Amino acid sequence: MLVSYKWLQDYVDLTGVSAGELAERITKSGIEVEGVEVLNEKIKGVVVGHVLEREQHPNADKLNKCLVDIGAGDPVQIICGAPNVDKGQKVVVATVGARLPGGVKIKRAKLRGEESNGMICSLQELGMEGKIVPKEFEKGIYVLPEDAEVGSDAIALLNRDDQVLELGLTPNRADCLSMLGVAYETAAILGRDVELPETNLEPVSEKASDYVKIVVEAKEDNPLYSAKIIKNVKIGPSPLWMQTRLMNSGIRPHNNVVDITNYILLEYGQPLHAFDYDRLGSKEILVRRANDGEKFTTLDDVERTLTSDHLVITNGKEPVALAGVMGGANSEVTSDTTTVLLESAYFNGLTIRKASKDHGLRSEASSRYEKGVDPNRVRPAGERAAYLMAKYAGGEVLDGTVEVDTLTVEPAVVSITLEKINRVLGTNLEMNQVKEIFDRLQFESSVDGDTITVTAPTRRGDIKIEEDLIEEVARLYGYDNIPKTLPIGSATPGKLTAYQQKRRVVRQYLEGAGLYQAVTYSLTSEEKAAQYALENRHTIRLAMPMSEDRSILRLSLTPHLLEVVKYNSARQNDSLAVYETGNVFLANGTEALPEEREHLAGAITGLWTNHSWQGEKKPVDFFVLKGILEGLFAKLGLTDRVDYVKAQVEGLHPGRTAEIQLNGTAIGFIGQVHPSVQKEMDLKDTYVFELLLKAVLEEDTDDLQYAAIPRFPSISRDIALAANKETISSTLKDIILEAGAPLLKEAYVFDLYEGEKMEEGKKSIAFSLKYADPERTLTDEEVTKVHEKVLEALKEKAGAVLRG
Amino acid sequence: MQERLKELQAEAIQKVEQSANLKELNDIRVSYLGKKGPITEVLRGMGKLSAEERPLMGALANEVRAAITAKIEEKQAELEEAAVQAKLASESIDVTLPGRPVKVGNHHPLTKIIEEIEDLFIGMGYEIAEGPEVEQDYYNFEALNLPKGHPARDMQDSFYITDEILLRTHTSPVQARTMEKHQGKGPIKIICPGKVYRRDNDDATHSHQFMQIEGLVVGENIRMSDLKGTLEVFAKKLFGEDREIRLRPSFFPFTEPSVEMDISCKMCGGHGCNVCKHTGWIEILGAGMVHPNVLEMAGYDSKKYSGFAFGMGPERIAMLKYGIDDIRHFYTNDVRFLKQFAIEE
Ligand SMILES: [Zn+2]
Repeated sequence: MLVSYKWLQDYVDLTGVSAGELAERITKSGIEVEGVEVLNEKIKGVVVGHVLEREQHPNADKLNKCLVDIGAGDPVQIICGAPNVDKGQKVVVATVGARLPGGVKIKRAKLRGEESNGMICSLQELGMEGKIVPKEFEKGIYVLPEDAEVGSDAIALLNRDDQVLELGLTPNRADCLSMLGVAYETAAILGRDVELPETNLEPVSEKASDYVKIVVEAKEDNPLYSAKIIKNVKIGPSPLWMQTRLMNSGIRPHNNVVDITNYILLEYGQPLHAFDYDRLGSKEILVRRANDGEKFTTLDDVERTLTSDHLVITNGKEPVALAGVMGGANSEVTSDTTTVLLESAYFNGLTIRKASKDHGLRSEASSRYEKGVDPNRVRPAGERAAYLMAKYAGGEVLDGTVEVDTLTVEPAVVSITLEKINRVLGTNLEMNQVKEIFDRLQFESSVDGDTITVTAPTRRGDIKIEEDLIEEVARLYGYDNIPKTLPIGSATPGKLTAYQQKRRVVRQYLEGAGLYQAVTYSLTSEEKAAQYALENRHTIRLAMPMSEDRSILRLSLTPHLLEVVKYNSARQNDSLAVYETGNVFLANGTEALPEEREHLAGAITGLWTNHSWQGEKKPVDFFVLKGILEGLFAKLGLTDRVDYVKAQVEGLHPGRTAEIQLNGTAIGFIGQVHPSVQKEMDLKDTYVFELLLKAVLEEDTDDLQYAAIPRFPSISRDIALAANKETISSTLKDIILEAGAPLLKEAYVFDLYEGEKMEEGKKSIAFSLKYADPERTLTDEEVTKVHEKVLEALKEKAGAVLRG
Repeated sequence: MQERLKELQAEAIQKVEQSANLKELNDIRVSYLGKKGPITEVLRGMGKLSAEERPLMGALANEVRAAITAKIEEKQAELEEAAVQAKLASESIDVTLPGRPVKVGNHHPLTKIIEEIEDLFIGMGYEIAEGPEVEQDYYNFEALNLPKGHPARDMQDSFYITDEILLRTHTSPVQARTMEKHQGKGPIKIICPGKVYRRDNDDATHSHQFMQIEGLVVGENIRMSDLKGTLEVFAKKLFGEDREIRLRPSFFPFTEPSVEMDISCKMCGGHGCNVCKHTGWIEILGAGMVHPNVLEMAGYDSKKYSGFAFGMGPERIAMLKYGIDDIRHFYTNDVRFLKQFAIEE
């Protein structure tokens, strides 16, 4: 809602309160003023001029040479390119030295050999948007009324010496979609009075009820319909003050009758509609739901197909307006109109909302109905409009208002105790302070002991319950004045759950290991949704996606991390390590919510070590990533429960992929991205993992228990084995550990050779074994005995023998 | 004989002084003090001496040996020190060369902000509550006093999957679920962080997916002044003690009275600039007293219990705090962006 500071002074005395101050105070009491526009900022030297002569420019077809009286000194010559400039017009002249918006400075100039001393202005050149400028002046200069005083300040005449407050209204404050509503609010804040507009008029003796009969079939949708008849109107421009007020509020002037309905819309918040009575084709107004498939052409000349959800105003047979949304082309006021039927009605907001949504017609009128108009302002708004039509369109208002009224208006009556107000706010208000606030709001109230009973005016439909009253008290008392305390009562221990705590450990560990945390979108394309999924179910699709790329809920994180790798690689960040934790979504039928599972994924590419001046460069490989995961599981105390089993995963290298198992159950994968995928995405060798983080974090871990540090030295023996190429290291390690128990404490691979020095089908794999006894120092003989057993077992179970 | 020994001493000492390295020195030791050395040679002739002279000569010989030995040791220490110095000099490095890089990643800036806020409230006795990102219309809207057809639903155009299931548009459903779980009893103090989704075209200031972090306190005597005090503690800790805080009345369907909190603009110190749209204030958070309908729907007696709730956007906070100009950076994951948030403040 745009609120003119000058206009507002019609209703509230703003003496001593600048527009800026008013904005600040309105904001602090609950309606955010999003901006204050100073309309004449950067404008000076603009006056009313009188075009005394106009002739064609001798050297340019499209230019006019004008002699203009600007009220000071001799008339000046101004060259003007506007097609509509003419002799006798009163126009807006930017004189030499004037300033206009956009940093324009007017100088004496020569245009095609002719001197020009100023500029005749269009409204756009004064900073107004083309869409609010009256149509006839949109493509040329603006022509002022004949009585404009030559040489006077044109900016003041055009009401541009004004400031406009832009209110950001929340849905509960529809009352401030009107100047009167803002006036009540302002008056409450400032503690001043509201002066209501003039509506008194002398009707002519003819009765409106002789002209029209009203029938409302859809009473739920339209509990109140009132009509006035105004005869002998003369369609023409509305007064300049009204036009400029409309323009300052963002509405384009049309003609006096239409402008008056719009003016009342702004002033009272009540939408009105003016029909050309003679074009209605009947003496009846019938309000009903449309028939399914019924056709109707609105005044924007679009033919619309209606349904029974839509409410129409008809002439008894066919629609003449889509109620509350837009009038019909068939009954629109034109320059020939002489008799006006003026509608002021109360329509159901939901009905109007449906129609405006279905037809994509959101107007100043429909949005007010949707948010709720004041039922008690329907009639006064009609009266005021009729008064203005009599005054500014030369009309004669017929006696009486024809109406159908089934509306029951009951103002909300709410009681509250002072104790409750103070208890909720944490304040120590006295009853007289509370009462005074309701007085300022012009809410009737009565006090009985500790209880105050408030009757909310119908303009404030948002006041219904105790809390609404508390809010009114709080905002007018001032949030600044409410004390600051902290909640009292039993102290609660704040802490993370074990799951949350471990998730933080996972993040910190991975970051310490060199990975950056990424956050990507949950929505993806059909194609990407199921790639690298740990479990595949029906994908979940949005009913109305904004694009195909963001239409499906993801089943995996890996495709997103590959996108991150791709994005960075394309920008020379080709060594990269990233991880993400986030939910994936598994369908659970169409009725139930999907199952959300938290996943962890990582991707590494490029160089892992790059210590350039010492010449150390090592690209990432499977074991870099595996080492990171091993460290993670060690950190979480799960080392002994996790296994890596060679596996095939679509999109990963068939020879370089493992399934990750927790207690023997698959929870994810680790591997190299398939070379064909890498090629397609233009990636270097990239290794990824993804696992079900939820399973990892929910795994119960053993309590930490200290184990004695060995007091006796251990004995190490290294063995290099010739083993079959396909025998995997974990098989050999298991054999070693089993055969060497209990003295053998550790065995790890320290060398691997698969080159040509080995016999066909064989590889060399070397283990380091560590023997120890917690109670004593082992002898060489004891160790040798066990060691022999180990070698025996390796030979027997895996055909692996010591290399010569 | 006596003279011969003195000569030998002088000769040996001179040679020791002239020796250039440890090897030469050792050669001198062997040649003068060894069993075949000249001193031993001289002493062999002691048999010719008288019984009175012999011990005197013996003592002199020992003196000479001791003097030479002392000189050799002195020289040896000298040479060893020189050798150490030479070795150290040869080992000298350019300390300005870069060190071996340690690979370290860091939190995403949104996680950084969220954990900072979580920790702040954990310190005030809050727990962290989480809930589903795909929600029932009931928890996302109806339980929050937003019945079907409520005009405020327009404020957050949503991604529906079916008529009853949608991507949550805020983390408030976690509040509704938590209250319901408490079955109308006992106090609640929670912080709910998480991803939320709205039908917005992605541009510099809008994102169809973003984070939200909300808080909820329910108890038997929770006052608006408690909300004010809590927000003040929070804002000063997060943004700095020097920032001013302003509460304005506002409207949210699930709270009443409702509050919006502004902090004074850091860029201009409150005098007005482009960042704060010339108001000197920056909107940071929405809050209010929990609407009685919300309490009642979750099973709380609104006559007995009251509460407050607040919510904010980590993206917005990060953008303000770090001066980030485009919300899309958070979801592009350009490592040149991510690595800027390594610093612990
Ligand atoms: Zn600023």
